[in-house]
Amino acid sequence: MVARFMSLKEAVASCIKDGDTVSMEGFTHLIPHAAGHEVIRQGIKNLTLIRMTPDMIYDQLIGAGCAKKLVFSWGGNPGVGSLHRLRDAVQEGWPHKLEIEEHSHAAMANAYDAGAAGLPCAVFKGYRGAELPRVNKNIKFIECPFTGESLAAVPAIRPDVAVVHAQKVNKKGDVLFEGIVGVQKEAVLAAKKSIITVEEIVDNFDDVPYNAVMLPNWAVTAIVEVPGGAHPSYAQGYYKRDNAFYKAWDKIANDRDSFTAWIDEHVMKGGPEDFAAKRAANKG
Amino acid sequence: MVDYTPTEMMTVSASRALKNDDVCFVGIGMPSAACNLARLTHAPELTLIYESGTIGTKPDVLPLSIGDGELCETAVNTVPVPEMFRYWLQGGKISVGFLGAAQLDKYGNINTTVIGDYDDPKVRLPGGGGAPEIATSCGEVFLVMKQSKRGFVEKIDFVTSLGHGKGGDDRASYGVDTKGPSRLITDLCIMEPHPVGKYFIVTSIHPGVTREDIIENTGWTVEFADEVAETPVPDAHELQVLRDLHARTAKAHEGQQ
Repeated sequence: MVARFMSLKEAVASCIKDGDTVSMEGFTHLIPHAAGHEVIRQGIKNLTLIRMTPDMIYDQLIGAGCAKKLVFSWGGNPGVGSLHRLRDAVQEGWPHKLEIEEHSHAAMANAYDAGAAGLPCAVFKGYRGAELPRVNKNIKFIECPFTGESLAAVPAIRPDVAVVHAQKVNKKGDVLFEGIVGVQKEAVLAAKKSIITVEEIVDNFDDVPYNAVMLPNWAVTAIVEVPGGAHPSYAQGYYKRDNAFYKAWDKIANDRDSFTAWIDEHVMKGGPEDFAAKRAANKG
Repeated sequence: MVDYTPTEMMTVSASRALKNDDVCFVGIGMPSAACNLARLTHAPELTLIYESGTIGTKPDVLPLSIGDGELCETAVNTVPVPEMFRYWLQGGKISVGFLGAAQLDKYGNINTTVIGDYDDPKVRLPGGGGAPEIATSCGEVFLVMKQSKRGFVEKIDFVTSLGHGKGGDDRASYGVDTKGPSRLITDLCIMEPHPVGKYFIVTSIHPGVTREDIIENTGWTVEFADEVAETPVPDAHELQVLRDLHARTAKAHEGQQ
């Protein structure tokens, strides 16, 4: 199967269904905000959302009622504080109760790695003396068959769909990531289907270093060109992180009414084309 | 004499705990300020690692988040996150983990998960992130936290990350062979684990702070070492570098709309 170029609307509609397990990754960098907004616009519900660091875009999806469950290892607004919509869903059940499955970063990184590697579970030295295994039945301990050492085990992550943002794609549909690459490659390789939004389509990758992170066209499902599609996170080489907006989000999301008004104005009435202006404003 | 704030005293004390040849896994916020101050003063070769994958980063301003672009641009190398946790952290390549906490007990066990009951929390905190494995896989752990009765509690609501467990040899009983929390640096004092009991005892008090101040701001019964030192005050150079760093950081982060 070779990746298909399509519109964001078409990519989300054809790849993500109600009730799917979806992983939108990006470790501060290259977070697929435009794609997240499209999921909200299409009113997709009952998603199990997976992400190591659910931040603003997951706060939006949770507050908009798209999620029934969150699998995560750190849920906050990085450098700013709490995710108020996540908190409201966990503490008060608004807009509805959110089930959570909580891990550590090491567990999720290993679980993605196992998913990409076709293993049923990940084994690692983790959670020793920590209390999460008491509240998360998906954390178990096994004995190393060679040394007898006790090791943590978690199920591999195998999402129905992985959604990530990247810098470039060539005309054949090969995808290039640079900078902080997080777990994006692992998420895509672990998933059944993938949507990759990119800053730009280029003829070829003549100037790319030998060891850049690449996903060949036959390893991804849908490619969508969305300039600025990671805003307010950033795309190294294209635009900076909009720190002012991360700070502003704290106030917007703190109140159910101001949150809903923001979603109506900027997501429901918006579209992927709005992100290009954000890219221009944060160039530098 | 140079004037300084309690926060500056804490940051400088924390920075002095780092050695030039340390490889340090840096948490965001106060740990990040302390680690970069060390790099800009007495420990220029200090290797800073952030969990986003950046190795040997030398940011000019403090990052707002764990994955700011500048961390990558100034790093020796940036690796995928699974590699960071598997090879570098779990592989035992990192000498110091620098962590903060929402709640801490006297054994240095850390809570950053929930206040209250896990299933019905009073406050849902961000969670453990990298900390559960930073706390067990780094050679030793430095903790930095402002002292208060709310944060320094007899019993934490949730053990996100292991410190010295229930004290004594309890940490080793989990199959953990690293040192664990070896220093707790606050805005009032420095504490170190009791050699046998492994609970924190006060070993150095910051100038102008009394024993009563420490007792009043701690939720457990405070013990003092037989010989308690006075923490050396920040020198003019350290303060200048720290203030310049904060000024550059404020300017860089405000500059974006």
